[in-house]
Amino acid sequence: MTVMSPQPVTTDPAINPRRRVYRPNTKYIPILATLALLLVMYLGGLVNYENFDQPSVVVNLFRDNAVLLAVAVGMTFVILTGGIDLSVGAVISLTTTLTATLLQGGWPPLLVLPLVLILGALLGAGMGAVIHYFRVEPFIATLAGLFLARGLALFINQESIPIRDELWTTLSDMRIPLGETTKTTLTAIVALVAVLIAAAVLAWTRFGRNVYAIGGSADSALLMGLPVARTRIAVYTISGFCAALGGVLYTINSTSGHALQGTGTELDAIASCVIGGVLLTGGAGYVFGSLLGVMVFGLITTIINFQGDLNAAWTRIVVGVLLFGFIVLQRLVTRRTR
Amino acid sequence: MTIVKNRLFWPVAILVALLIVNLFTSNQFITLQDGHLFGALIDILRGSAPLILVALGMTLVISTGGIDLSVGSVMAISGAVACLLIKDLGDQNATGSVLLIMGVAIAVSAALGLWNGSLVAVVGIQPIIATLILMVAGRGLAQLVTDGQIINVQSSPYATVATGFFLTLPVAFLIAMAAVALILVLTRRTALGLLLESVGGSPSASRLAGIRAKRITVMVYVVSGAFAGLAGLIYSANIKSADSIAAGNLIELDAILAVVIGGTALIGGRFSIAGTVVGAILIQTLQVTVVSIGVPSKATLLFKAVVVVVLCLSQSATFREKVFGRFKLRSEVPA
Repeated sequence: MTVMSPQPVTTDPAINPRRRVYRPNTKYIPILATLALLLVMYLGGLVNYENFDQPSVVVNLFRDNAVLLAVAVGMTFVILTGGIDLSVGAVISLTTTLTATLLQGGWPPLLVLPLVLILGALLGAGMGAVIHYFRVEPFIATLAGLFLARGLALFINQESIPIRDELWTTLSDMRIPLGETTKTTLTAIVALVAVLIAAAVLAWTRFGRNVYAIGGSADSALLMGLPVARTRIAVYTISGFCAALGGVLYTINSTSGHALQGTGTELDAIASCVIGGVLLTGGAGYVFGSLLGVMVFGLITTIINFQGDLNAAWTRIVVGVLLFGFIVLQRLVTRRTR
Repeated sequence: MTIVKNRLFWPVAILVALLIVNLFTSNQFITLQDGHLFGALIDILRGSAPLILVALGMTLVISTGGIDLSVGSVMAISGAVACLLIKDLGDQNATGSVLLIMGVAIAVSAALGLWNGSLVAVVGIQPIIATLILMVAGRGLAQLVTDGQIINVQSSPYATVATGFFLTLPVAFLIAMAAVALILVLTRRTALGLLLESVGGSPSASRLAGIRAKRITVMVYVVSGAFAGLAGLIYSANIKSADSIAAGNLIELDAILAVVIGGTALIGGRFSIAGTVVGAILIQTLQVTVVSIGVPSKATLLFKAVVVVVLCLSQSATFREKVFGRFKLRSEVPA
């Protein structure tokens, strides 16, 4: 009989005495890098441009990117499970067109609002069911969803439709005071509330843990007895709902609906998630990361507007370069932990 | 039942059905006029050339388990480079110079493919993200090349690429078919096809078996870039200008769709060149048919969406089993 050693065989890296410098947990590195980049960009703006120090610059970031923020929240859920949702931009266009058309037709606004949100969620649920039960690739299933939603939107109306409804115009003109001089819109608040709810759900609920587990390994999650089918359909439902919410926010912001609205939003949302450190293979990332990603996106546009003489094409190029930087960073971080 | 079970049965059946619809609805399906063939069928073949080229490159990329989202942006860059250089020519109708410029544009596209391939194979980034970078930044680059303008060119040799006819057939289609033939010979008459499928099945196992998996991965992205560049030239020659915003917009989605319809699995390890060609022609036929049967323009996309949904579901083995399997079971149960 051998005597078992009382000492643990492995040493905990946290008490490694050679480690003197503070090193953040590797899972926070991408999000910290995004935060650092955001601060550097903001400081760069402060140094180079007059009036950049106005609080409205920061507040308007949320106002101008409320739609993208709402969509990115839903996209985060889907990407965390290792999937992808290409249909969000089309769902935005369907929502804006349908909302504007119904309101023009004299439907009560309090009926239209839940109706379009539920429709978005149902579209998402349908795609989720096709992905899970028929084993169609998420890429292909949501691509078909993109065609379907935009096709429906164009079928309803190809023109831009104005909204004259009283509730919508009131909501559009509503300003919420923050401090003495700055105000923000309702849409920015709604988008931020969506971020908070999503963060709470992912961090503290059983559903949130299931989302991360499926992203880590769907097979293991199934063997552990986690409800894979329910969770997977739920994340696409959430994404569809968030996209519809984004569409509603758009109609409130612009008091109009247009079937060509939201083209390419899916890519902006995916890019925001990646810049915010959400791993596209699934299983790692935070909603706050996606929030930071959207902020980086918005700040680039703001700086290019402040600069004034730059071509709008630079926005895309800078976003591309940032994507490259963050992906390589993620690659280095994940390689080290392996 | 063996024909029905062939994975190309449903796409070909739908293609034939659409062509029959066109036979009745279009004024001229196929006739000989002014020394070349003319009619709805020829329009379909000519129009499908860019999509066939892009989907062909996409097939090779997907067979190694990758994906190339940047093809639309590469098309825009290639057209922009070509039109910019042709516009500066003293004589825009000089065939030699135009051919040289087209070579330059394709070389630029291949270099962009090399960038994608290096990111995937050397840096080890997931293909969908690696090519997303160029997809986002590439269109910005194309806009910088053209300075945000639409560059118009008046070059007859350049226009021939898209609108010319050779041996009664459209030049654009012949270019696409030449590319298909080249790839077919390379993949099915040499070991290359096997190597591609091997890398798609398992890159590390292939490497251990002595295959240079990285080199093959880089190569498929270069080929995909070059073919996208060629497609961009056909697109821009067709409209005789470089439009950096509209060129190749959303073509990556159509190309991926064509590949999937053709029976190539998105996870890699298996591919069908013939299937891709059928898929690409099917998508183009669908677009032509929608117009020719008089579906109002606002319902065009909806019609396409319905066909795409039906196709995607019919491709899913699980769906066929769940829906049609029930009938089969009943007939097999002895009375």
